[in-house]
Amino acid sequence: MCLAIPGKILSAEDNDGLRVGRVQFGGIVRSARLDFVPEAAVGDYVMVHVGFAISRVDEKEAERTYGILREMGALETELPPEDNEPV
Amino acid sequence: MKYLDEYRDGKIARALAAEIAAIAIRPWVLMEICGGQTHTIMRYGLDELLPRTVELVHGPGCPVCVTPLETVDRAIALALRPEVILVSYGDMLRVPGSTSDLFRAKAQGADVRIVYSPVEALKTAKANPDRKVVFLSIGFETTAPANAMAAYQAKREDLKNFSMLVSHVLVPPAVRALLASPSNRVQGFIAPGHVCTVMGFEEYESLASDFSVPIVVGGFEPVDLLQAILMLVRQLENGETRVENQYVRSVSYEGNRPAQQILKEVFEIADQKWRGIGVIPGSGLRLREEYAMHDAEKIFDLDLISADEPAECISALVLQGVKKPVDCPAFAIHCTPENPLGAPMVSAEGACAAYYHYRRHAVAS
Repeated sequence: MCLAIPGKILSAEDNDGLRVGRVQFGGIVRSARLDFVPEAAVGDYVMVHVGFAISRVDEKEAERTYGILREMGALETELPPEDNEPV
Repeated sequence: MKYLDEYRDGKIARALAAEIAAIAIRPWVLMEICGGQTHTIMRYGLDELLPRTVELVHGPGCPVCVTPLETVDRAIALALRPEVILVSYGDMLRVPGSTSDLFRAKAQGADVRIVYSPVEALKTAKANPDRKVVFLSIGFETTAPANAMAAYQAKREDLKNFSMLVSHVLVPPAVRALLASPSNRVQGFIAPGHVCTVMGFEEYESLASDFSVPIVVGGFEPVDLLQAILMLVRQLENGETRVENQYVRSVSYEGNRPAQQILKEVFEIADQKWRGIGVIPGSGLRLREEYAMHDAEKIFDLDLISADEPAECISALVLQGVKKPVDCPAFAIHCTPENPLGAPMVSAEGACAAYYHYRRHAVAS
């Protein structure tokens, strides 16, 4: 119930005080409410939950932390696979 | 999909698990609060990737599971009225009330409709001006602003035939109750990333300091959860009890201010009964007086019924992390997703359903 899916904003418009957009999730495009992310613009990624964007994905933070993770993953090739026992 | 696939990378997951195994010297019990996280852990077998020193127990963060029996009974009673269209998130339909469920009520002719978003509930009300549309408004802080927006719009547009039966729950008071319980074994928490996306994580700082437990706000993909576990184990091994944020791409310290604003405009904090657990003070939301004309509790004459769980169901202990689903004698025998005894077997995010889908063969062997 608390799942939110990242999607890319394709369009955004004000509709009688409500902020509505078209958001692309992989190959699917759905309408989503953007009232809670006034800072999000076309091209931004937002996390969408029950039809409402609840955050704009922080691209810089995502890249920074993922960079660290990717380095760990590169290290993994030097480890024996499936070895999960404590040393 | 961007921001999903890369957090399902098996290489990174194995590297994180190896790092956890390398630093986890002493045994630790960690709880993921959110049912969505429980589902990811079971689906990807993350618990089996972890060293024996790290045990995961599953928390009460499945809103469908903790919605009180009485609310389900009232929703069924409302749905059976000919003038009512009861609109609900799909997960609620199979949740057992004391004698029936919404799915069976629908089979008996009740007009029960499933929606994905509260926006659709409003559309249903506009399309059926001669009927009374009741939206079963459940959820944690993640869902509350969207549901609040439905009430806000209904009031603004004077949509007289729209009301909400509200049963909302809040995470921090429940975590406090778990930590204060004498049966608590949990030494570190993964806080729910989407609840914190809305609320921020300031509220968790007093929990960490009052009970000397580390808390890490975590995301929902396998890599997110393993990284959150690594951060928790690192703190525990170093004797630290801080609040940290793993899910930085979505969560900020202050959370989503516009969402918090609409939540406060529409709802106020109230005591709330949690199914299987009991009343936790200040752990729920109710509509403010200004929204009384959209409050199903106020506009319908609903009986105040009190109901008890079937004695065979140990969901209360499962929801508090005291027992695992497989400890239940009824698990996968008298209690299955098709014929559930308790709510955690219904929702995909319920711990019992997650074990049933991903672990029952392992248990049987």
